[in-house]
Amino acid sequence: MSANLQLTPDGRLRHLLTLEGLPARILTQILDTAESFIPVGERELKKVPLLRGKAVFNLFFENSTRTRTTFEIAAKRLSADVINLNIATSATNKGETLLDTVANLSAMQADMFVVRHASSGAPHLIARHVAPHISVVNAGDGRCAHPTQGLLDMFTIRHYKGGFHNLRVAIVGDVLHSRVARSQIHALTTLGCPEVRVVAPKTLLPRDVDSMGVHVHHKMETGIKDCDVVIMLRLQNERMQGALLPSAGEYYKYWGLTPDKLKRAKPDAIVMHPGPMNRGVEIDSDVADGKHSVILPQVTFGIAVRMAVMSMVAGSGA
Amino acid sequence: MNIDNPNQLIDRLVAQIAPLMQDDCAFVGIHSGGVWVMEALAERLGRDLPTGTLDISFYRDDFSRIGLHPEVKPSQIPFDVENRHVLLVDDVLYTGRTVRAAMNLLFDYGRPASIRLAVLVDRGGRELPICADFAGARLELAPGQHVALLRDDAGELHLSLNQGAA
Amino acid sequence: MKIRIKDGRVIDPASGLDGVQDVFIAAGRIVALGQGPADFHANLEIDARGLVVCPGLVDLSVRLREPGLEYMATLESEMRASAAGGVTSLACPPDTDPPLDEPGLVEMLKFRAKNSPGPRVYPVGALTWKLKGERLTEMGELHEAGCVAFSQTDAPMVDTTVLLRSMEYAYTLGFPLWLRPQDYYLSREGVVHDGVVSARYGLPAIPVPAETVALQTILLLVRETGARVHLCRLSSRAGVEMVRQAKADGLPITCDVGIHHVHLSEMDTADFNANCHMIPPLRSQRDRDALRQALKDGVIDAICSDHAPVDDDAKEKPFQESEPGATGVELLLPLVLKWASETGMPLAQALAKVTARPAGILGVEGGVLAVDGPADLCVFDPQAHWTVSPGTLLSLGKNSPYLGMELQGKVRYAIIDGHLDFRDGH
Repeated sequence: MSANLQLTPDGRLRHLLTLEGLPARILTQILDTAESFIPVGERELKKVPLLRGKAVFNLFFENSTRTRTTFEIAAKRLSADVINLNIATSATNKGETLLDTVANLSAMQADMFVVRHASSGAPHLIARHVAPHISVVNAGDGRCAHPTQGLLDMFTIRHYKGGFHNLRVAIVGDVLHSRVARSQIHALTTLGCPEVRVVAPKTLLPRDVDSMGVHVHHKMETGIKDCDVVIMLRLQNERMQGALLPSAGEYYKYWGLTPDKLKRAKPDAIVMHPGPMNRGVEIDSDVADGKHSVILPQVTFGIAVRMAVMSMVAGSGA
Repeated sequence: MNIDNPNQLIDRLVAQIAPLMQDDCAFVGIHSGGVWVMEALAERLGRDLPTGTLDISFYRDDFSRIGLHPEVKPSQIPFDVENRHVLLVDDVLYTGRTVRAAMNLLFDYGRPASIRLAVLVDRGGRELPICADFAGARLELAPGQHVALLRDDAGELHLSLNQGAA
Repeated sequence: MKIRIKDGRVIDPASGLDGVQDVFIAAGRIVALGQGPADFHANLEIDARGLVVCPGLVDLSVRLREPGLEYMATLESEMRASAAGGVTSLACPPDTDPPLDEPGLVEMLKFRAKNSPGPRVYPVGALTWKLKGERLTEMGELHEAGCVAFSQTDAPMVDTTVLLRSMEYAYTLGFPLWLRPQDYYLSREGVVHDGVVSARYGLPAIPVPAETVALQTILLLVRETGARVHLCRLSSRAGVEMVRQAKADGLPITCDVGIHHVHLSEMDTADFNANCHMIPPLRSQRDRDALRQALKDGVIDAICSDHAPVDDDAKEKPFQESEPGATGVELLLPLVLKWASETGMPLAQALAKVTARPAGILGVEGGVLAVDGPADLCVFDPQAHWTVSPGTLLSLGKNSPYLGMELQGKVRYAIIDGHLDFRDGH
């Protein structure tokens, strides 16, 4: 749906708002470009001059130090000037509208907005209203999308598995509230992964999740059986008790990833997690730190992927 | 205009470069054509010297006008650049902007003892104060003319000269 | 004021009248059809060749935003917009600020409406004090002030005991209740239908059971109390089936649907278009098709605009933070015509859903075109095409899902109580 908003008339990436509707060509181009940024991060001088003189505004209407930091590192490695704004604690609380805030910051000669917002679709709204030279990168909106996280997960899978065409991938946990899961599902289906599963109790799955092209499993034992990739989702603290789940303990017992349950996946399966992990809730420490885990490389790849996205949208021209 | 076979040009380059090779030299090719020439040079010189490749996409001076090249390749410099005598290799030398970007990129890896430039074809038309230390051929082409190095599926190199509209 | 409408195609859904003839109006009444009285000298002659002359539309839900919500729209602006939509009678829901829960507020509203050109205004009173769902309002007093029915509008009625008592009390005094079936707990966090769009975009969802659970409660209490209930804004196939059964069982119920729900579905919310943020949510295409079928077979009695003008600031927000509702009173007629042409519904039957049937539900004069009846008429060009835009809408609310789209059917004249209250500038 947002393909037109995200692409220039000649098909280049203008904004990154969601992975839904982006062609495989663009996703692959982002991953390939990220591949070229990996050596930059390994050099002693970890900077390239691509975005020199550009002003990147991190607009975080919802606090997230970790995500903001990765975008900040990525922008700085591209030589951009980075301005961090925690708007969760400033303007909109004083009654200023989202679009007023954006108009104000645009007047400060911004070139790019990296937006995190608690409401689905907020970055789309901003993208519709910004000046033509400004690009918007979604750093997570509501339950809708977290496209750079989805992309770095695809980068990780491609890095360890070579591609997507013969893979069985299980996404385990709170899909209902997860923007990460939605971005992963869109990316995996676009890139040709033949079997994507979601594994969770019914309370944590959208009612029509199968319409997204995934197979629904409720039990871990069958859900991760013979999978090449097991992605564990974070369970938010506030959802651990109440009407969605009775307790963190019971969740761990049935849906937590333990070494024993992991034996049902393929012997060379990789285990991923978008972080931050709840050890002993969705994942056992022995798995998180074990030989199947690629959770830390995910973080490293995340910087390169964000550099790729920022350099592509910044260079899409007005 | 007639251009020699790329292999003959490489032979000429080898003849120019061979006497100057030392143990603390390294070859660095610029993507894509420069890498092919660099590999051919390294092979014919027969010296076991370190090699590297550069993709200058992240250092181009026209990024804000034309954006990022859609097929960026990783740069690979698997040796210590510090105090190394680097032979920078490209296929065609034209405005000099690519070489400028490549040198900036190289300096982000360290401070080389020296950089010398070898190109298969120097076609003239410089816009920056850069010249090739070694060239297989030196031509004076009109701005509309276009020379490019191609590699076919069998790995054979070919030069194509496009007369352009003029 | 004597008006002669010449050579129009006169349609009265109530009587089945349909033919080209003249309409003669004097002193607020229709005095003759076809042949005028011998001594009739018109002050105004309207050339209605190629136009349809029908009863003025009766809209069961038009928000005039007064008192208290003038930053969204004003009584004058929305009455003018209603007349431009061919609406000659409207019911306004009590969700103002403060809500219509005191006779003084209702009297003031009636007074203001009476002194502004435009449709007859029938206020619907608040069922509970401040619409809080806790304490009954003075329904008898409110009725005397002019309220024709009582409603919570979109405000929840959490306590089922209050719902039961309000039905018993309204039954006692003979007042109808207008209730929108939506369970508070199942809907409080949601903004879209619990379907493919909410799965895909992660927008908080309102499942169909939010409607059916509430509907079941209402229907059981109607059985218990005998209260007359009008069900507002059905949205789901399952809900339609329950109403169908309840009507077959002889319960004293009627129901309506919002015009946007007749045309749009959850798919229209997929680009985060806040103008498609509505209560109840636009549901699946299957649900929409069931609503159309129920209109055809009479399970749904009436169509209303559910007109909700909203200012730009309240709409230019992320979808889930935006104010729900769509402006619609000016689109009601063209969208009814569109529905009729898409489904092959005869024009007279389609118009009945916005004239005779809602007038019957309101229990007021109007909705018919007959000699000695009130001179409330709508004259429209069924062939005219026009594009919906902020400039073509008189309503101060420009929040329409149809912005930028072309519609067929344009009101040319609206005559209310014998006065020409709207004349298309065209």
